[in-house]
Amino acid sequence: MSASKLGRWLPLAVFAALAVLLGAGVWLSRQPNREALPSPLIGKPAPQFSLPVLHEPGRLVTLDELKGAPFVLNVWGSWCASCRIEHPVLTRFAESKRVRVVGYNWKDERADALRWLDQFGNPFWMVLVDYEGRYAIDWGIYGAPETYLVDAGGVIRWKHVGPLDEAIIREQLLPALARAEAGR
Amino acid sequence: MLPELGQVALLLALLVATLQALLPLAGAQRGIASWMAVARPAAYAQLLLVAAAFAILTHAFVVQDFSVQYVAENSNSLLPWYYRYTAVWGAHEGSLLLWALILALWTAAVARFSRRLPDAVIARVLGVMGLVAIGFLAFLIFTSNPFTRLLPAAAEGRDLNPLLQDPGMIIHPPMLYLGYVGFCVPFAFAIAALLDGGATRQGHDDRQWRDWLRWTRPWTNVAWAFLTCGIALGSWWAYYELGWGGWWFWDPVENASFMPWLAGTALLHSQAVTEKRGSFRGWTLLLAIAAFSLSLLGTFLVRSGVLTSVHAFAADPTRGLFVLVFLGIVIGGSLVLYALRAPDGDKDASFAPASRETLLLVNNLLLVAACAMVLLGTLYPLLADALELGKISVGPPYFALLFLLLMAPLVLLVPFGPLTRWQREQPSKPLAMLVPWAGLALGIGIAAFFLAPQGAWKTAAGLAGAAWVFAGTARFAWSRFAIKGSRFTAEMLGMTLAHVGIAVFLVGALLTEGLSMQRELALSPGQSVALAGREFRFDGVERRIGPNYIADHGTVRVLRDGRAIDTMHPEKRSYASGGQVMTEAAIDPGITRDLYVALGESLGDGAWAVRVHVKPFVRWIWFGAGLMALGGLVTATDRRFRRKEAAP
Amino acid sequence: MNPTRKRRLWLVLALVAAAAIATALVALALQRNVAYLYTPSEVLRGEAGAHARFRLGGMVAADSFRRAPGSMEAHFVVDDGDARLPVVYTGILPDLFREKQAVIATGRMRGDTFVAEQVLAKHDETYMPKEVADKMGEAHRKHDVPASAGAPAEMQ
Repeated sequence: MSASKLGRWLPLAVFAALAVLLGAGVWLSRQPNREALPSPLIGKPAPQFSLPVLHEPGRLVTLDELKGAPFVLNVWGSWCASCRIEHPVLTRFAESKRVRVVGYNWKDERADALRWLDQFGNPFWMVLVDYEGRYAIDWGIYGAPETYLVDAGGVIRWKHVGPLDEAIIREQLLPALARAEAGR
Repeated sequence: MLPELGQVALLLALLVATLQALLPLAGAQRGIASWMAVARPAAYAQLLLVAAAFAILTHAFVVQDFSVQYVAENSNSLLPWYYRYTAVWGAHEGSLLLWALILALWTAAVARFSRRLPDAVIARVLGVMGLVAIGFLAFLIFTSNPFTRLLPAAAEGRDLNPLLQDPGMIIHPPMLYLGYVGFCVPFAFAIAALLDGGATRQGHDDRQWRDWLRWTRPWTNVAWAFLTCGIALGSWWAYYELGWGGWWFWDPVENASFMPWLAGTALLHSQAVTEKRGSFRGWTLLLAIAAFSLSLLGTFLVRSGVLTSVHAFAADPTRGLFVLVFLGIVIGGSLVLYALRAPDGDKDASFAPASRETLLLVNNLLLVAACAMVLLGTLYPLLADALELGKISVGPPYFALLFLLLMAPLVLLVPFGPLTRWQREQPSKPLAMLVPWAGLALGIGIAAFFLAPQGAWKTAAGLAGAAWVFAGTARFAWSRFAIKGSRFTAEMLGMTLAHVGIAVFLVGALLTEGLSMQRELALSPGQSVALAGREFRFDGVERRIGPNYIADHGTVRVLRDGRAIDTMHPEKRSYASGGQVMTEAAIDPGITRDLYVALGESLGDGAWAVRVHVKPFVRWIWFGAGLMALGGLVTATDRRFRRKEAAP
Repeated sequence: MNPTRKRRLWLVLALVAAAAIATALVALALQRNVAYLYTPSEVLRGEAGAHARFRLGGMVAADSFRRAPGSMEAHFVVDDGDARLPVVYTGILPDLFREKQAVIATGRMRGDTFVAEQVLAKHDETYMPKEVADKMGEAHRKHDVPASAGAPAEMQ
């Protein structure tokens, strides 16, 4: 087969069309909407719960006790590697004392949880323990780490799935917190 | 400390690759010998550095250094020691490093085994391979660093995906990559030929083309053989690991490996024509570019998140963009070069309609059509999404039907190829030799059609096609031995093996699809199911503990005519760290059939959902592929390729 | 016309004919084997009506999985944050099939229930297939729910 004048440029043309299509594909997938999980709870009151505290096993805490000021609820477990990745970021944020950071220790052995906090540091104002995941269903928790922002009235204002990083805290959590505090 | 050295090694490798690319290419263009001489040492240096980085990463896995993020994400203290080695390429970053290592290996091999090549040629070839290496090393360093630290170090790793904790995982990716990356060699030779203005000038003599192809052909055949093995291993692994009894799903990732194979097969054949007859030069150049381009495209598809697939790597659009740009440069650049420099025509190479050239032209066309068809089906969902036509998926029947339609004429023509002369043949001659065998094949087909308990068409087609290809190929081999004084070269032996491999594959693929039987049902301990003349008795499930998992270990006894012929143990494993559940199917392999049992879920009260298959001749699929690969390797050893070029 | 020209003409005609046939076959095969993806709300709105066989995507609703002991027939509900659709499937479910996880079922509607011929569940590290996520993202836009981006989280 000989490469005629037109034939020479045909393969390039075909490839160019293909590249445009693939570029479109990359463009379409740039915003991973993978975390488009149903968060029907945003704007709704947080579910009621009654859970023990990790460091005070006898004491039970309910949602009402936490109302009055906004708080961040961070779902974690000692078995969760990504939680380790976000830990330094979460710690820095907690140390800024901008808002209470409540830990939600999910499906974890108490001893493992304590050891984990010992080893890496405890950024939490309080750690709730949901060993069986009883209330996790109500919160719509699908995995760890997940982070919620609950306002003073106990309404869920923001949810993030996956590890936190500085950008997310800066661009999403803090503005949401500001809006929640301003009553908007 | 060591992981940082690993990063340094990669950076140095990038530097060396840059030198390996720029200096020799410029040197070949300008005729500066000292610059061209940089190529070989640079290739060896690159291999050393990338190998060092790979060794460091492996070491991190072996000692379970969870301060390295990649290790923490893909390993675990409970992971058995042998899987620590294979976990290195279990996810994106590590597998990319493997890619780079294999590229460095091929580059060094070309540097080592090309003593007789003119300096300008080797400089260009290694230079082009260096350019590709730059792309991959840059991709690694800037977007996919396997040595990123996790501080503070994780106390425990997340674990290697249980799907990958398997012997098949050890060989499949390296073999596949050896093939994928191996196509870089004929690609580099093609670009080198295009860059060398002399090769494409009018009036340039065929001898130089033939020499060029004599050098390229063995490399192409070896790369193709590895790719064939890699794909076959992937199919075999999916068969026993995924628990569904299937061996090919036309999944985008599978298609991504199959397209280069189709182009590579066409390339092999086209190269033979160009070497021996001087024609098909345009085809050979384009196919060489296409085969490697499809390899790169496959890499892109698997890692960019553009396609949904059962086993794509976790996706990242940034990486996707990088690879796309790289693809654009490499493929776009090559095709521009082709458009500007491709040979005008094959003078003195005309051929009659009845000739081996025609048959091989049809071969090229059918394989390229098949490749295009697969590409279309694989990208169609993306096209529909981009045009907002909806979210669609293309079902396997599209691929299967069209592939069958395209390959059927090819299978019919295969025996004619070796028996038809170059340039001009009297059709009556090969026809006369083959007609009796066509009759035999037809007879076998008809018999199979009426004797098959089910899947009559597929069984008949498989047996008839296989008989036809086998007999036709044997006829050719016989004709060689029968004629006194004619040689049976390694190339002919390789071709014979590969074509017999096609026949074996046909038996495997079509008979399995036609004659397989399967049942999926609920069984309580003591109950049995009858299938294909055998009785499968379910004896219940017990708990067993493995190194890093807890298993529900089932027992199924197989009886034939009341006599126990086998005991099979399907398992359902729960991996400790990730909580993932894996099905370990129990397989009783055989030459004429596989028995396949997998556990579904527990249905309560000791009852379980069980899947039972009887799959006739399924192993022949991989035997056939193995024969094809062997054929490729044997062809590469032909002495003609090692002959010194004829004196001017 | 001289013989070479004539031969070339035949060759070109043959190629064009082959290409035309090939194109027609490809188009036909594609049409017959393309399966569209719909979420429960789209199905209930009637958007899946044109296609007898389609794919249903969404999440397996919590507490919806039912299977009679000893039976291979499973019932569950697929939820997309907007609407729910009951599904029935007879066969072995994939290993990664779980409540509150993404699922894609291929099959047809029978009355108000979706009869699944094939069920695919979460099968890579990310939460859900991009197609399902995109569709649910659309549902969220409708409900004004902020979508959040981030790396995948782990399952327990």
